[in-house]
Amino acid sequence: MTGFPATLPRPRLWLRRRFPLLARIAERLLLSILLLLTVSVLIFAGVEALPGDFATTYLGQSATPQAVANIRAEFGLDQPVTSRYFEWLGNALQGDFGSSWASGNSVSEQIGNRLGNSLFLAAVSALIAVPLAVGLGVVAVRFRDRLPDRLINILSLAAISLPEFFVGYLLIMFFVVKTSAAAFPATVYDSMSLIERLQVIALPVATLVLVVLAHMIRMTRAAILGVMSSAYMETAELKGLGALRSITHHAAPNALAPIINVVALNLAYLIVGVVVVEVVFVYPGMGQYMVDAVTVRDLPVVQACGLIFAAIYILLNMTADILAIIANPRLRHPR
Amino acid sequence: MTLIRRPFAGLANQGYNRRQVLGQAAAFGLAAGSAATMFSPSARAQEPKHGGHLKLGLRGGATTDALDPATYSGSVLFVVGHCWGDTLVESHPETGEPLPAIAESWETSADASEWTFRIRKDVRFHDGMALTVADAVATLKRHSDEASQSGALGLLGSLDRIEEKGGDLVITLKEGNADLPLILTDYHLIIQPNGGMDDPNAAIGTGPYKLLSHEPGVRATFEKNQDDWRSDRGYVDNVEIIVMNDNTARIAALSSGQVHFINFVEPKTVGLLERAPNVQILQTPGKGFYSFLMHCDTAPFDNNDLRMALKLAIDREAILERVVGGYGMLGNDYPVNESYALAPTGIEQRAYDPEQAAFHYKKSGHEGKILLRTSDAAFPGAVDAATLFQESAKKAGIEIDVKREPEDGYWSNVWNVQPFCASYWGGRPTQDLRYSTSYLSTAEWNDTRFKREDFDKLLLQARSELDNDKRAALYREMAVMVRDEGGTILPVFNDYLNAATKDVKGYVHDIGNDISNGYVASRVWLEG
Repeated sequence: MTGFPATLPRPRLWLRRRFPLLARIAERLLLSILLLLTVSVLIFAGVEALPGDFATTYLGQSATPQAVANIRAEFGLDQPVTSRYFEWLGNALQGDFGSSWASGNSVSEQIGNRLGNSLFLAAVSALIAVPLAVGLGVVAVRFRDRLPDRLINILSLAAISLPEFFVGYLLIMFFVVKTSAAAFPATVYDSMSLIERLQVIALPVATLVLVVLAHMIRMTRAAILGVMSSAYMETAELKGLGALRSITHHAAPNALAPIINVVALNLAYLIVGVVVVEVVFVYPGMGQYMVDAVTVRDLPVVQACGLIFAAIYILLNMTADILAIIANPRLRHPR
Repeated sequence: MTLIRRPFAGLANQGYNRRQVLGQAAAFGLAAGSAATMFSPSARAQEPKHGGHLKLGLRGGATTDALDPATYSGSVLFVVGHCWGDTLVESHPETGEPLPAIAESWETSADASEWTFRIRKDVRFHDGMALTVADAVATLKRHSDEASQSGALGLLGSLDRIEEKGGDLVITLKEGNADLPLILTDYHLIIQPNGGMDDPNAAIGTGPYKLLSHEPGVRATFEKNQDDWRSDRGYVDNVEIIVMNDNTARIAALSSGQVHFINFVEPKTVGLLERAPNVQILQTPGKGFYSFLMHCDTAPFDNNDLRMALKLAIDREAILERVVGGYGMLGNDYPVNESYALAPTGIEQRAYDPEQAAFHYKKSGHEGKILLRTSDAAFPGAVDAATLFQESAKKAGIEIDVKREPEDGYWSNVWNVQPFCASYWGGRPTQDLRYSTSYLSTAEWNDTRFKREDFDKLLLQARSELDNDKRAALYREMAVMVRDEGGTILPVFNDYLNAATKDVKGYVHDIGNDISNGYVASRVWLEG
């Protein structure tokens, strides 16, 4: 009891009681900011620990000691690590991620473009994959242990067992080299129309859908099956509801939380984890951008990408939690 | 990083019908300022066709690429630069000798220390402004400025004064250098308006194509420069360069006809690619080499008998066959081959000889294992090459311990640091630069710690020697010295392997560097 009159509730508790959902979101946001700071320190330290700095790796064999010294002086690489970190942090807090050391272009501008591409690819993939996965999961439950269930199981397992680059290469072989049915490479650029973009990304989207599908199908199936064995499902059956209707009306809402979680995880993967698919299909997304930057130790770009990736992960996880709480009010009052 | 350190793989064997081409080159003479595109046999046989949209799928681009030629590294920018820009001098695709370009002629003082370049007066930049001597002066000044970050800075260290005198470009050197015109062929030294001091990233040049768009690490597009000052290049209407860093993606794109040309074909995929009906493999001899480097001043490698034992204990044929798939040429332990002008001739090819190796090994008195550090960062297949070396040396009684190092940081932590390691060197425009970079006692990258006063003296003597026969003799002497006493074990020079669809005609196999020395877009045309 720290100085608040006994008649007034302590703000935090009061907030918790009155608006439990809001309180949890606020808490999460604060934690997220802390997490982002930690991530930025880790990235900075990580790049610092890599052998070679920007000047030597960027100039490579064509570097003279003079040119290396010039570059180091220009970007302040001769300053101590801590002062460089805090200078970067100060600028970043004001929304200035600086310029790429390698190309001299504004980091925010470049990322804007790349992030847009990544989000586009992820969104199209998710629009196909999520409904398809949940639908197939429901179908699998409906025909549990029968042919459709088995087929869905085997095929999705097969797809997830192949590495994504291999799935990509298989698709290229059949649809590009053998039949010329699809466009390749999937390079998108500014002057393309939406239709053209959709055409060229058909193969990478197909690859990503195949890769993320299995995880979501299996989680949907498992979650619904878990609920199916509860008493109220028996009641539903006894009162004469059809199998599909009882799944969609009674089992699915209760199974939502784990499904939302796995969907969120896969969405995050679709945005930040697809560098291999980007490379195979020559798609200009964020992953390739960050890998290039790490290769030459282009710290401003690496930092900005790292923070954005972390933010996306945190945001998606938070959204998943919040949706789970909305779907299941019991979670609002943790003990 | 590999790309940056060694932008262009390269090496030589017979490749093409060189003799025939040389004959044609001689027939045309070197006077024709724009002779560069005339020397390919296929180019002679057919009239170039104009028009079409040429698509190149290239490895070696990154999102960190910038258009300022001072920063160029990697194959994509190498080709981009040759699309929009010109250098003062070009090099002959078959002999490597200097050819006039923006500079229409040149002369030098008797000691090769003062050079006068006559600049063409009929050249216009893409923005319509006329190219002046002042632009050339400013370009060279920008790249040779000590505070510049130009990739050519190291080449221009000997430039003392760059000035405009009597309407010509006059360069005064700190010491004589007969190779100055070849140094000016470097792809960083593109002539820009006011030397690019105002806007280095503008990509305004005098080249055959005008830049339309550039997305770093994604693609670049060009359109034909209608006011090109040369009529023997730039045959297509549009050029599109797509960055494809994935080997399989490039091959898929080429064999499905989505692009016309790809670079960096892996030796092991050549056989498969050849079976595709619409594909031609373009194999060009070049200057880059795969090597194992010993520090001549570090025990046990400070003993020449041990160095000789190791040179004799490597099975060059096996490495040529199994590491570069036969697409290369045997090396002879000195860093120069026929792709260089004035290359030494008549030096006996060193072969695998376990008995002789054992003899020298015994004489050296060394005992125990020798640690060899390697990594595929050094060159593709370096780990395999080290293992082959280990096997062949075992037969001579020499025990080599192969240690695999991480690829990341290999060039900063292992190469030029550890006394015995695998390495790669790309080509340099001239023998002088080749030796100056890593065999001069004072060189920063003397990665074999080869420090010999007599060698340094020969190198400086050859540099200012204007008589080609005398120079060639000096270079031969230097090559023998490095071969028999140096720390370089050089089993193979690797070929440049590119591929194109069959409708691409006029490709010139240029010994200067990979991708037709960067001129692919300016030299080829599309048939049908």
